Amino acid sequence: MFDWKWEFAWEILPRLVTATGNTLLAAGAGYAIALVLGLALAIAQRSPYRGLTFVVREFVEFIRSTPLLLQIFFIFYVGPQFGIRLSPWMSGMIAIGLHYSCYLSEVYRGGIDSVPKGQWEAAIALNMTTVQKYRRVIIPQAIPSALSGMGNYLVGIFKDTPMLSVIGVAELIHTANAIGSEHYRFLEPFTMVGIIFLAISLPAAGLIRLVEGRVRRKLGLK
Amino acid sequence: MNIFDFVIQYWPRLLAGSGMTVAQFFLAAILGVTIALMMGLMKLSSNKLIRGSAVTYIEIFRGTSLLVQLYWIFFVLPLFGVTIDKFTAGYVAVGMNIGAYGAELVRGGILSVPKGQWEAALAINMSPAQRMQRIILPQALVNMLPPWGNLMIELLKGTALVSLISVADLMFETKQINSSTFLSAQAFGAALVIYYILARFMVTPFMRWLEGYMARKMGRA
Repeated sequence: MFDWKWEFAWEILPRLVTATGNTLLAAGAGYAIALVLGLALAIAQRSPYRGLTFVVREFVEFIRSTPLLLQIFFIFYVGPQFGIRLSPWMSGMIAIGLHYSCYLSEVYRGGIDSVPKGQWEAAIALNMTTVQKYRRVIIPQAIPSALSGMGNYLVGIFKDTPMLSVIGVAELIHTANAIGSEHYRFLEPFTMVGIIFLAISLPAAGLIRLVEGRVRRKLGLK
Repeated sequence: MNIFDFVIQYWPRLLAGSGMTVAQFFLAAILGVTIALMMGLMKLSSNKLIRGSAVTYIEIFRGTSLLVQLYWIFFVLPLFGVTIDKFTAGYVAVGMNIGAYGAELVRGGILSVPKGQWEAALAINMSPAQRMQRIILPQALVNMLPPWGNLMIELLKGTALVSLISVADLMFETKQINSSTFLSAQAFGAALVIYYILARFMVTPFMRWLEGYMARKMGRA
């Protein structure tokens, strides 16, 4: 802290605040995509078509075991080769959404597996269609046990957004890097980014546990 | 150019990059496991100061992202007079990050050892160090190995970030090849497959083998 300049820190704060907004926006949009796509992947893995189940299963494994950074590059650079031009934001959202949808599909899968067999049978006995069965019986009961996993990945997405800086999305790390190379000072921007991350992710984790507990109580679970 | 021609032409660089990725992986894994054991044990200490420092470490490294930690270690630490070359900065950042996640697994594993084991060790007059080393830790290790398998995959994926401080790993080589040839689909596609092979056919089977080996050693198989 010998060289810390408060004036400089104050001067760059507004830019970092704007970047924090972008980071939160990226995390929120990525999470929204992941929530929807993840559910689709989870249900597809339970379909009676063996081929589909197998392909989706392998796809999820593949995405989960390769680096998000590489997937971001892949989506950003490979599109133009085939005439599809995506903006950095667009490709970033697709990459993060896709990556985390695979993690969320596992969370949903666990939740769906925890629904007692009698519920499935009852839905069939009532002559429900597949869509009705999932929408009215299975998913409402699967969500509560999936809640904690879903919350963890929200914080996880937030912490992975810095990777979007590599394709030029103006989130926190990208902005800190830019400030650093403009002023030849890296101490303040990078330290402040670290503090901003802590200041958001720690309370967020606490808040998620609180909401989770409340939802579970409301649904009469524990 | 199809992907096979691509691999035939560029395999030396892909191989060199993969070698660097594997080196980063091993060094980060050793550091990560060591930190995880240390912090996990410290978090269970009855001394407030020791417990507090472990909690602080874990929360800082789990609360900020790996990329922030990597840049901080590489760009900011030199300002305090600690200059680390990029190779070391890479695996140190990844290892310290994974260590914080692993500490929670270690803590959970130790707490999962039945109470009777603790009491039995006490009854035969073992010192706390003997008890931990001979009775508790071996059983805790077996219990916590399955989640470590996932963490090791996360570790492998985490090493891709060291390319951003120019460590010449697989990710870095791929980016270089891409910017000189513009063969994006082939370059990034090949790298994706290599990472997948490393994760699915090397890391995961090794962790499975280790689980079985440890279980046999403990007479549980």
